[in-house]
Formats: sequence, structure tokens, C-alpha cells
Amino acid sequence: MTVGLNHYLAVSALLFGLGLYGILTRRNAVAILMGIELMLNAANINLVAFNRYVAPVALAGHVFALVIITLAACEAAVGLALVMAVYRNLETVHVDEINLLKW
Amino acid sequence: MGELAAFTILAAVTLLPAVVVVTSRNLVRAAMSLIPSFLGVTGLFVLLQAEFVAGIQILIYAGAIAVLILFVIMLTQGGTGTAVRQTNEQRVVGALAAAALTTALLALLLRTAWPLAAGALPRANVAAVGSAFLTTFVLAFEISSVVLLVSLVGALVIARREQ
Amino acid sequence: MVTSLAWLIPLFPFLAFWLILFFGRRLPGQGATVAIGAMLASAVLALVVFFRVLGGAVPLRSTLDWLVLGAQPLALGIQVDALGAVMLLVVTVVGSAIFIYSVGYMHGDPRYPRFFAYLSLFAASMLLLVLADNFLFLYVGWELVGLCSYLLIGFWFERPAAARASMKAFITTRIGDVFFFAGILLLFFTLGTLRFDQTFAAVQSGRLGGGGLLAAALLLFGGAVGKSAQVPLHVWLPDAMEGPTPVSALIHAATMVAAGVYMVARLFLLFAQTPEHTALTVVAWVGGISAFMAATIAVVQDDIKRVMAYSTISQLGYMFLGLGVLGYAAGVFHLMTHAFFKALLFLAAGSVIHAMGTNDMKQMGGLARVMPSTYWTMLIGGLALAGIFPFAGFWSKDEILTEAWRHSPPLFYLGLVTSFVTAFYVMRMMFYTFLGERRWAPAHGVWGQGHEAVHPHESPRVMTGPLWFLACGAALLGFLGAPFLGNPFGRFLHAGEETAATFDLRIALVSTAVALAGIGAAAALYRWRWLSPAAVRRAFQPFSTWAERKYYFDDVYQWTVVRGTVWTSRVLRVFDVYVVDGLVNLIGVALVALTRLYRVFDLYVVDGVVNLIGWVAKALGGALRVVQTGRAENYLLVIAIGVILLILGGLVR
Repeated sequence: MTVGLNHYLAVSALLFGLGLYGILTRRNAVAILMGIELMLNAANINLVAFNRYVAPVALAGHVFALVIITLAACEAAVGLALVMAVYRNLETVHVDEINLLKW
Repeated sequence: MGELAAFTILAAVTLLPAVVVVTSRNLVRAAMSLIPSFLGVTGLFVLLQAEFVAGIQILIYAGAIAVLILFVIMLTQGGTGTAVRQTNEQRVVGALAAAALTTALLALLLRTAWPLAAGALPRANVAAVGSAFLTTFVLAFEISSVVLLVSLVGALVIARREQ
Repeated sequence: MVTSLAWLIPLFPFLAFWLILFFGRRLPGQGATVAIGAMLASAVLALVVFFRVLGGAVPLRSTLDWLVLGAQPLALGIQVDALGAVMLLVVTVVGSAIFIYSVGYMHGDPRYPRFFAYLSLFAASMLLLVLADNFLFLYVGWELVGLCSYLLIGFWFERPAAARASMKAFITTRIGDVFFFAGILLLFFTLGTLRFDQTFAAVQSGRLGGGGLLAAALLLFGGAVGKSAQVPLHVWLPDAMEGPTPVSALIHAATMVAAGVYMVARLFLLFAQTPEHTALTVVAWVGGISAFMAATIAVVQDDIKRVMAYSTISQLGYMFLGLGVLGYAAGVFHLMTHAFFKALLFLAAGSVIHAMGTNDMKQMGGLARVMPSTYWTMLIGGLALAGIFPFAGFWSKDEILTEAWRHSPPLFYLGLVTSFVTAFYVMRMMFYTFLGERRWAPAHGVWGQGHEAVHPHESPRVMTGPLWFLACGAALLGFLGAPFLGNPFGRFLHAGEETAATFDLRIALVSTAVALAGIGAAAALYRWRWLSPAAVRRAFQPFSTWAERKYYFDDVYQWTVVRGTVWTSRVLRVFDVYVVDGLVNLIGVALVALTRLYRVFDLYVVDGVVNLIGWVAKALGGALRVVQTGRAENYLLVIAIGVILLILGGLVR
């Protein structure tokens, strides 16, 4: 039995599910960001795997994986900066305690 | 046979630390677990003949982002956060939803008949990725560079202490 | 083309009025420059129009359809004939001089821009009145000048006397206006037109004649009596002197009060068509009586402006006298010359008041040396008023007397006596004010007990300039009607129709002699002091007391109109308190009872429904509020469930 596209897609789906669970259940904003990173990794696996098995010559999957890695870096930087700012003002990083705008 | 063994090991290295990431009460442990998970993904990339993406994955994810997250954990909670509840009230529902979505995705992905193509990637595809970036995908390249610059400035402005 | 220009004449001051009203202090010269500029522009246009009328004898007309009544549209507009052109010139030229004079006179007044705004509005209204070719525009202008008169008499409304005088002027002229309006309505309902030319045509063709026409003419003349301050509605004009002196000069001497004379002249054809000239006879006698009575009252006045005011009533009476004895050109000519010399006299009096700070002639004297410009110009004006050759008043007064001699000798003698009295009081004023000993204390004088120290001084050039300009007019304009030049003014006005009375040297000589006698009498009493004025006053009892009490007009009005109104009000008050209030209170009590009943309904039924609606909305909102948590995880969970459902839907299908 050789490794095929479906193997990678299964790993990717599982990783995505784990990331989603993290986002849905975590209180800590940093932990939520970690979940997001996992989901982005899952997407990257998909892109590279599709590139390998569906269109081996074009390399578009690689390019978009790289773009996503770049965006993930941006997202991590801005997201963590926001966490720092919130923490400095509200003394908490728990998202269910950040409710200034809620009536 | 060797490829399947390598894939199985790498998949385990990716998924098991990921479980720790999303379940551990200790935030530092969770953040540290991110690193093997990222490395497992790197291995998968290598297995898929994406050497350049694999290199970047190590540099950005395992190197930069994981360290950044660790720093923020240190700067915010004042410890590992084991003393407080880490999950919110929708833990059970969230777990069910995540499981259901994973199942649905698996069903969807595995039942679809993908138009597979035979053939292999070029042997030295780093150069090919580079030229693709500067020819066909130059727009994506430029846009991501602008986004990078904007987020750099934005992160600085947001994180800066108010005078 | 020129007719369109004529529309612009009243428009300029009207625009100036709004400009000054809104931007007063920010305009150059605090608005005075704008007002004077607009007035000068109108004067130039009036000149253009005047020469146009002088060239082609056809009256300029410009009409537009105002509104459609029944079958035919009501075409209203403006017209400029010889009479209108002359009036336009008088209003704009005299107006310009007075505007310029006001710059000096009103200097430093806290409401300086507003003064010029009112003056501009007045000029615009007066020009509209003059230009009107129909009763509607005439009436609109008529009422607007009345309003401006009210505003300007009460310009210093902090002074109770000024506020009272403005009310008195407004109410008294209003009585005349009611007659005027009734006359217009009578004509409109019988003839169905508001335009002058159609009215004249209808009257001449006999569609309206006899009693109806006489009634209409007398009603219209009632308006003129009010506006031109003739007996018995003359009482407002002397009190109107509470306004600033330029206002007295412009409105209460030169232009507005002449509107009544202008109106009678404008409708002369209508008046002349009454059976046996009855209306004109009434006009002539009212004018003659006013002329004589006002002149005699002027003799005993000590307030310099009140002398002028009674003089104005007297001269307006002269004009009516002239018109009434069929001297159309004579009356209008006197209107024009009077506008110049009376404006001049008023402005000179204003200059004196400006210098002395008082109106009382008894506290003046010997001012000729201190204020030479004012003295000489006022002397010219005074001689013109007295009717001395060759000043303007001589020619016009002579024309009126000639006409009177021809048509009504009793009125001729009345006019002659008035002429004597006129010369007497004007010279009395001159002697009191400018000649003789000083009855005021100089600033560092030796005798000053009982007198306030004053610094008389010549007025600034912005005031003496208009004085000299008007003095030239008062001196020279008379030659326009000079018989040895062929009376060009009369020919211009009549434009080929029946000519004025021929010049009669004997009448001229008699009237000059009478005027000189008046001057001599004044000199004898007040200059050479051959007789004591008090002795003369005693000798003329009871006439002197009558004159001093102004023929008891004010007292009679006080006893009848004012007291009558007060008494009626008291009676009505009793009725009001017991009957009307009682009724009102009854209704009130009934309403309160009803309201109490209604309150119960309101409290339990209406409020209940309202509260129920509110409560339902609140409960619904509270339920929905739970959904809106504001937390991203909850929303994300919902999104995830949604995606699952979508995928399931796709898989099942």
C-alpha cells in the first residue's frame, strides 16, 4: 500500500478538527491563536498535497502555502500585539472576560 | 513500504502533540508541543517533495511563531496558567461540533473522486518556486509583501505602551 | 429698455435695505455708503428716465399680469409720465442729499446701520408709490412709507415721547388709510379695474358719475388728508418731530407727506370729473383752512422743529389749495419747490440742533456769526418759504394765488393772509435763532446761570454740503416756472393740454408786498423791538390763545377719542369680567369635570394598552438578548455547526 492523497487529506482533516476544538473551547486568547495556527497548518498540508498529486508541474500549491505562512506570521504578530494591548488595559487575556462593549 | 512507515510516524508526530496543544491545562506545555507538531508537518512537506516550503515552515513556524507565543505567555499571565480554568462553558458542545465537522470533512474529502495526475515534481523545485513567485504569481508576492509591512507597523503601534 | 430701467429705480434702495439689515456693521461706512450709493444710482436712473419723458411725451409703461380675476388678467405695472418723472427726481435727488447729510448727523448713534436701512426701505417704498400705474401698487407703497415713518419717528424709542409720537402718527394716518382703502374698493367694485388709465377712461365715459364718483373721490381724499396731515388729521405731524431731523426733512417734509398731494394730482382727472368740481372744492377748502390754521399755530411755537412742522402742514395745505382751484401744474410745482426748500430748512434746523443740543429757539440767538453756512443756507430757504422774489417759493406760490384769483376769490384772500403769516413766522424763527443777543452760555462765558454751557460750532462739511446743494435748488428751481421764460414746467406737466393761468403782475406785486409786510412785522417785533411780543399777543386775544392751544384739536381728540375709548373699554371690561369670563369659567369647570372622567379611562385603558405593548417588546428583547452574547467563540461554534449542516446537506444529496 502506497501513500496517496487520501492519507494526507485525512491527517489534514484531523489536524483541522483539533485546531477547531482548541478555538472553540479555550478561554485564553493565546491558546486560541495556537488553535488557529494548527488550522493553518492543516490547510498548508492540503495545498502541498494537492500540488503533489493533482498538478505535479504547476507549483501553485507551494506558492500559496508560502503566502499562507507569510499571512500566518502577520496574523501571529498582530494578534499577539492585540493580546498584549488588551492585557495591559484589562489585566486579562481571557476572551470571556473582555466584554467592555457588551450591555 | 518505507514511505508508508515514514508517513505514519510523521502523522503521529504531527497529531499527538496537536492533541496536547489543544487540551493541556499548562499553557507553556501547550506552546512547547506546537513545535513537534510543526516539525511533523515539515516532515510531511519533505515527503511531498516541497523542500522549500519545508524550510520556510521550520523558520517561520517552529522558529518564530512558537517562540513569539511563548514570549506572550510569559508576558501576560505571570506563569503557566495552571491555576485557572482554561476551557470555557461550551467545551462539550465544542468537542462534539469539532468531531462532527472532522467526520464530515473526512467523509467529504475521502469520498470525492479527485482528478489524480501521474508524474513527479521537478527534482530541484526551489528554483522553480522562486521563478513562479516572480512571474506567474508576482501579484500574490507583492500583496503579501505589503501585508507583511502593514502588519509589522500595525503590531508595533498596537503593542506600544501609551505615553 | 428705459421702462425696464424704471423698474430698477426702487429696486436699488430695496436691495440696499436688505444688505444693510443683514450685514450692517461689516459694510463700508457701516452701511451708509451702500445706502447712498443705491440712492445715487436711483437718482441717475431717474434722470435718464426724466430726459426720456422730456424727449418723447408718451408716458412710459411696463405691465405684467398679476393675477387672473374672472375673464381678464389683472395687469399691473409701473408708469412714468411727466408728474411721475418729476416726483422721481425730487425723491431721489432730495433723498440723496439727506442721506449724505445723515452721515454727519447720525454719527456715533448706536443704531447707525439700522437708520440707513430704514431710510433705504423708505426710499424704495416711496419710489414704488410714485411709479405705480394702479391702485394696488400705490396702496402698497402708501402703507410701506407709513410703516417706515412709524419706524423712523420711533427710532429713538427709548424716549417715551418718541414712542408715543410714532404710535400717534401710525394710528392717525391709519384712519385716513381706511378711507383711502374704502375708496379703492369702491372704485374696484364698480369699475372692475385697478389701473389708473382704465379708471380714468371709465370715469370719462360716464360709467361712474354723480354721487358714486364724488363718494369715491372724497374717500380717496380722506387718505390724502391723513397722509399729508391736513385738518382734521394733522395732529400727528408736529409730534413726529421726535424722530431724527433727517427723517423729518425727508419723510415729514419733502416726500412722504407730499404723497397725499401726489395722489390727488395723479387722480386729478377723477377729482375733476365730479359734478361741478365738488371734490376739488372740498380739497381746496381743506387745504386753505389747513394752510391758515397751521401757519397761525407756527407763529407761537418755540420749538424750532415744531415751527417747521406746522409750516409743512401749512404748505401742504397750499398745495391742496392749488390743486383744488384747478391749478394742477401750480400745485405740483409747489410740491417740488417745497420739497427742496423745506428739506433745506429742516436740515439747517438739524444743523442748529446738532450744534446747540436743544430745540428751543429761546435758548439760541446770535448764531449767525458762529455758523455762517447754516445761517446763509437757512436764510435762502426761509426767503423761499416766505415767497420773496426770486427764490423758488415765490414762483410756485404766485402761480397758486393766480389760479385761486381766477377760480375762487375767497380762497385767494385766505392764501394771501397765510402768506403774510408765513413770512412773519419764518422771519421770527430766523431772528430768534441767528440774530440778536446770545441767550446761551458760551463754554467759558461770564454769565451762565440757569443755562447749560454749550459750544456752538459749524457742522462738518458732510452736513453743510447738502445744505448748499439744496440751497441752490431752493434759489434757482423757481425759474422753471417763471412766466417770462414761458413757464417750461407747466408746459411739461400739461403736455399740450389746457394751459395754466397767465401770469398777472398785479398779483405778484401784491403777494410780494404782503410777504415783505410779514417780514417787516417780524423785524419790528423781534429785531427792532418797537413793540413787545407779549403785548401783541394780548392784543390779539382770543386768537393767540387758540393758536397756542393749537385750536384745541389735541384736546378735543383727547376728550372724545382717547377718553371715549378708555370709557368704552371700562364698560367693556365689566361686561368681560362678569359675562364673558363667567361663560369661560363655566366652560372651564365643565371641561375639568369631563377631564376627570376621561383621566380614569386614560389611566387604566389607554395606559394599560401602552404598557402592555411596551412589556411585550421588552420581553421579546430580553429573550433575543441572550442570543447576542458578543463572544466570538459562540459565534464560531454556530458557524461550525452551520458548516456541518451544509456539508451534510451536500453529502446526503
